[in-house]
Amino acid sequence: MTVSPTASTAPEGAVREASSITLDGLRKRFDGDAIALDGVDLTIHAGEFFTLLGPSGCGKTTLLRILAGLEAPDDGTLTIGGRDVTTTPPHLRSVNTVFQSYALFPHLSVSENIAFGLRMKGVPVDERRARVDRIAEFIKLGALLERGVNQLSGGQRQRVALARALVCEPDVLLLDEPLSALDAGLRTQLQVELQRTQKRLGMTFVFVTHDQDEAMVMSDRIAVLDNGVIQQVGPPHEVYERPINAFVAKFMGHVNLFAIEAVDADRVTTGLGELVMDPPLEKSGHSGVLLIRQEVVELGHAVSEGYNGLEGVVKERHYRGSRIEYRLEINGVTLMATAANLGQRLYAVDDRVTVSIHPEDIVRLNA
Amino acid sequence: MADSPYPLAPYSHSLSPDTRHLLWSVAPGVVWIVIFLVLPSLYLISVAFMTNGPYGQPQMPLSLASFRQLAGFGFLGWSPGNLYTLLRSLWQTLVATGLVVLIAYPIAYHISTCRRQWRAIMLLAVVVPSWTNQVIRAFGWMNLLSPGTPISQVAQFFGFIGPNMGLYPSNFAVTLGLMYNFLPFMVLPLYAAFEKLDTGLVEAARDLYASPLRAFWHAVFPQTLPGLLAGTVLVSIPAFGMYVIPELLGGGRAMMLGNLVASQFSGGSNWPLGAAGALIMLLATLGGLYAMRKVGKRLGGGEEVVI
Repeated sequence: MTVSPTASTAPEGAVREASSITLDGLRKRFDGDAIALDGVDLTIHAGEFFTLLGPSGCGKTTLLRILAGLEAPDDGTLTIGGRDVTTTPPHLRSVNTVFQSYALFPHLSVSENIAFGLRMKGVPVDERRARVDRIAEFIKLGALLERGVNQLSGGQRQRVALARALVCEPDVLLLDEPLSALDAGLRTQLQVELQRTQKRLGMTFVFVTHDQDEAMVMSDRIAVLDNGVIQQVGPPHEVYERPINAFVAKFMGHVNLFAIEAVDADRVTTGLGELVMDPPLEKSGHSGVLLIRQEVVELGHAVSEGYNGLEGVVKERHYRGSRIEYRLEINGVTLMATAANLGQRLYAVDDRVTVSIHPEDIVRLNA
Repeated sequence: MADSPYPLAPYSHSLSPDTRHLLWSVAPGVVWIVIFLVLPSLYLISVAFMTNGPYGQPQMPLSLASFRQLAGFGFLGWSPGNLYTLLRSLWQTLVATGLVVLIAYPIAYHISTCRRQWRAIMLLAVVVPSWTNQVIRAFGWMNLLSPGTPISQVAQFFGFIGPNMGLYPSNFAVTLGLMYNFLPFMVLPLYAAFEKLDTGLVEAARDLYASPLRAFWHAVFPQTLPGLLAGTVLVSIPAFGMYVIPELLGGGRAMMLGNLVASQFSGGSNWPLGAAGALIMLLATLGGLYAMRKVGKRLGGGEEVVI
């Protein structure tokens, strides 16, 4: 444990170097069930806000529980801060978790809940009290310390769970869908607060969620999981704009995916028609799908210079305030388009429109 | 009446139809309890304060003679026999209940972690022995523990008992009999508590640096406390007043309060003394329940227990 040079300026809590995490060939299978993790290799950098994203049953929670020590991998190694902790029991790991259900102790008060980890570590009473007070101020819980946890609202419970984990100053903080039980407004607010807290403390956060918006808002990097396998790891813009395969693309909310039917000269044939890509695909042996993000589809009366031009008909219009979504039909194929609401004239259903797509905005994915 | 929203309501003092309906429905139960519990108890209490007649029947005048006798003051001066019996009852109850808790905890936990279809079978295995009559089971233990049986020979080999002795009759046999008899009454409420145990709390405790043992104490124990207290009530109260097991397995040498009371109503023919013993037993039980309630409240979560 070393004192970081930023400790004097950092807020309360940030007195140690953040730790990196290395996962090497982690495998886990539950009795009689499908494989939960099928060979996960991953490096999470020190001080990073890292998100495990995937649908339910993809193995993200199992991975988090292995990091916490609540589950043992069948195979593979786990290193935290350079130390192999694969078989270390949870109470000997400097890792704390904010649980999805919060798991606050119902027979203890808020302050006793927050002090629990310090008490188990054998921190003296005076120091315990001081640290609980400091974290309570930091998380804005001061007025609630003597309450019972049953008297708290959902957002307050979430804060107590966060304070209870943060007060221990772990090397790594794990968060298991901690916002999923909250309503939308509070959720957005806490997303920002969590991200701010993480940056101020400089602690390594590993966050689990199935919500791609939440993942993109908060994370430095995202790992997308499916069927116990990591599909793609990268910063939010990369995972969103350059998904590696159709699964990641769909999970990130993309709908315009078109199977490649043929590649001829520098033209790719799909259900939409012939498209030019930049850079062009190599001619031989091309399978896979093309992704055209909704927001890169431009609508107008004429094809823009250097763009692919297509003719389509508006089938549906969805007004979303800041943007307008159109469902278009082109050659009998559906294309979704999103236009920022800049006060332009809106197209009506059955209007004929000209669609422009820049060659650089077309991405080829593995199926 | 001035505050009533219906100042002229003629029947405002009478009961609402709902309340009346409720009273009618609980009336039979109340009558039953009064006739078969309250009145006999009052009679028993009054007998305890009467004098013993020449044929063992209670008679006037009122006196505290029975309590004096119970405390050991007899014709031949003071003897500690009855106090020993009281202390032995308390001790046997305490030891048996404590050991039953230690045995029942792992059993209840284990059953709660089994697959669902196994749980019913295992619970059945715990309960089935109690379908056999207590007396028959006590005789079974007599056969197992008497001199010359393999168990007694093993005990002899290790020097726990002298040569040609048996484990029965003894205080040990009584404790064993009590434990065997009351184990299901501890396992069942503990199992119910374990079945709805929030394992998330255990994991949270482990995550917050609690060793397995401390996680049990801080996360499992408080959650199973209602079951533990219920089980303790179900085990210790009948054990304290137990008659059959000390009678058979104690061989007359390990008398408990229940045996003392029973003997005064039958062979000893001293009803006031028996009633005084029963009254002491009742008071000790109520005191125990009160103490348990206090402990439960203090540790948190004990308020759900009846009484």
